[in-house]
Amino acid sequence: MLNLDQYSSLGAALRDALDRWGDETCLIESDRDRERTRLTYSDFKELALPLARALEDAELHAGERAAIIMSNQSKWLISAYAIFYCGAVLVPLDYKLTAAEQLQLLAHCKAKIAIVEFYLWRAMMQLPEVKNLKALVLVTEAPLSADLGSAFRWEDFRRKGDPVFVPRKREDVACIVYSSGTGGRPKGCVLTHENYLEQCKSLTAWYPFWPGVRYLSILPTNHAIDFMVGFIGPFVCGACVVHLRTLRPEFVRDAFVRYKITHVSLVPMVLKNLERGLRAKFETLSAVKRFVLDYFIALNKSFTRARPKLKLSRRLLPQVHKAFGGELVAMFTGGAFMEPSTLEFFYELGIPVANGYGLTEAGTVLTVNDLKPFRADTVGKPLPGVELRILNPDSEGIGEVAAHSKTVMSHYLDDPELTAETIVEGWLLTGDLGRFDGKGHLQLFGRKKNMIVTEGGKNIYPEDIETAFEGIPVKEYCIFAANYLWPEKTLGREMLVIALRLEEGQEFTSALKDEIVSRNRRLPDFKRVGGCLVCEKDFPRTASMKIKRAVLAEEIGKSRERTAVSEL
Amino acid sequence: MNYIMRTSNQTLEEILTLAAAHFKVAREKLAPDDDFFRTLGINSLQTLELLTRLEHHFQIELPDYELQGVSDFRTLAERIQARL
Repeated sequence: MLNLDQYSSLGAALRDALDRWGDETCLIESDRDRERTRLTYSDFKELALPLARALEDAELHAGERAAIIMSNQSKWLISAYAIFYCGAVLVPLDYKLTAAEQLQLLAHCKAKIAIVEFYLWRAMMQLPEVKNLKALVLVTEAPLSADLGSAFRWEDFRRKGDPVFVPRKREDVACIVYSSGTGGRPKGCVLTHENYLEQCKSLTAWYPFWPGVRYLSILPTNHAIDFMVGFIGPFVCGACVVHLRTLRPEFVRDAFVRYKITHVSLVPMVLKNLERGLRAKFETLSAVKRFVLDYFIALNKSFTRARPKLKLSRRLLPQVHKAFGGELVAMFTGGAFMEPSTLEFFYELGIPVANGYGLTEAGTVLTVNDLKPFRADTVGKPLPGVELRILNPDSEGIGEVAAHSKTVMSHYLDDPELTAETIVEGWLLTGDLGRFDGKGHLQLFGRKKNMIVTEGGKNIYPEDIETAFEGIPVKEYCIFAANYLWPEKTLGREMLVIALRLEEGQEFTSALKDEIVSRNRRLPDFKRVGGCLVCEKDFPRTASMKIKRAVLAEEIGKSRERTAVSEL
Repeated sequence: MNYIMRTSNQTLEEILTLAAAHFKVAREKLAPDDDFFRTLGINSLQTLELLTRLEHHFQIELPDYELQGVSDFRTLAERIQARL
C-alpha cells in the first residue's frame, strides 16, 4: 500500500494510487446478472480527469463544497476523485433521505456543485424548494428524453485538457458528513484530510488490503464506513471494489460467488438476513447430512478458538465457503447493535466477522475486534492511535466513552455550541456507555444520548422526526428513544416513543391513534415511532417555552414503567 | 413482452396475492393501504425480495429505488403500473 504518512491530502494519495496500480482492476459494477462496468485504475483516471477539468471550468475552487447524492456505483467514486482533484470539499449525502431533506442539506452546506442520480433529481424537481437551490446540478444516467430543468448531464459534463491538481494541507477540510439532523439541527461533521489519512492508516494496520482483494460495497458510500473501507482503503492498496446496483438478497449472495469477494462490510440487518438464509438451508438437510455438518462445525470451532484459520475452515466446511465464493477473508460489521449469537454463528462456520464501533464524528472506526481471539461480546480494542477513556464510571466501571485521536472531526459545521458540547478539551464525548474488560476490549452498554441506531445502521435523533407530527390534536408531544427514558444497559430493543400530553378532559381515542399512525407512515420505515405514552403532567419548559427534554425524560423514566408504552 | 393489459385494480390485486403467498400470510389479511412493514412484520431487505417475485410475475424490471419511500401496496402498485 501507499505510505500515507507522506501525503497531505486524500486527493494526493488517490492520484498516486491511480498511477501506481494502473493495470489493476479498481471497480466492477454489476446489475443483477449483468456486469455494467469494469475499470482499471488507468481507466478510472481517464474518466475522472475530464470531469475534474469541467469542474475547474465551472470555477469549483479549493475549499468550496460539492455534494454527491447517488447510490453505490462507479460514478460516485469517479466524481469524488474529481472533486478532491480540484481541492474542493466533498459532501456525501444520503441517497435514502427524502428529496426535501436532501435539498435542505444542500442549502445547509452551501454546495456549489451537486452530483445527483436521475431518479433523485426527478423527485427534487417536483418540490417548490428546488427553485432556491444555488448549486450547479449534474445528473447521472438521465434518459435522453428527460427534462432536467437547469441541470446538466453528468456524462456530457467533461472538458478536454489537463486539469490542475490543487494541493491541500492535512488540516484542510476534506469532507462534510451529516451524521443526522435533517428535521431539526443539521449535524455536519467537518472532517479533515488528516482525519481520513490517519483513519486509513490505522485500519489497514489491522486489516490490510492488497491488489487482488475484492471488496463488496453494500453499505451506502455516503456512510463513513463504506467511504473508508469501500473507497479510500482499497484504492490506496490497489484493491478492487465491487458495486451492485441492486441490493436484493439473492443478487448479493450471487455476487459473493461471481466475484469471489474477499472483504465486505455489513450492517446487522444484512448479516442477520444471511444468517437466516443459511439456517433455512441447513434445516433442509437430511438428518445424516445435518449430523455431519454439525460435527465439522464443532471441529472448526475447536481449531479456530485462538485465531481464524481460513484455509483449514475452507477445507472442513467447503460447501458453506463455496456459497460465499470460497475466498472470503473477513466481514466487517458495526454501526448498530449486533447480536453476539449471529457473530458466533458465522465464526463457527469459519467466516470471521470483525465487529467494530465508531461514529462519524470520530472519522470512521474507534475500535474493532482483532480476532486474536474472536470475541462476540465486545466491539474490540482501540485501533492504533486511538485513545479511549471511560468518563465517570459507575460501580460496575460503566461510563461514557470519550475518544482522543487524530481521526476525530474538526467541528460541526456552523454549530460552535454543539461542537463545544461534543468535543471537550480535545476529547470527543461519544454519548455511548461502555466499559473495558481485563483484556482491553470495549463493551458497550447503551446510550447516554437521546437517539437510536437502527439495524440498518442509521442514526435517528428524535428531534429530527418531531416535525412529522406537527399539528396532531394534543396539547403537546415529545419524542424519545425508549432506552433513554429507561436505560437498559444494552443496545438492543431500540425504539422511539412519542410522549403525549392531552388537553384537559381529552381522551386517547382511536381517532387520535389513527392520526398518529397515519403521520408515522409518512416517515421512512426506519424513522418510525414504535409506541406512545400518555403523560399525566404538563411538560416542563424553559423561559423561551422550549420543552426541557432531559428533565421530562427523567420524570417519565422515574414515574412510568416501560410496559406503559402502547404499541402503535 | 407483456401482452396482458391490466387495470390498476388488477395490478394491485395481483400484488396483494403475490405478497401473501411470498410471506405466507392469508390474502384476506392484507389490504391495499396496509403498511407492509407493519402488517407483514418485515424489514426493507425482505421487501426487496418481494420485488424480484413481482418482476418475474409482471415481466418488468424494477430498480430498487422504486421501493424508496413506499410502504403501502397501493403506491407500490402505482409504480408497477407505470412500468407495464
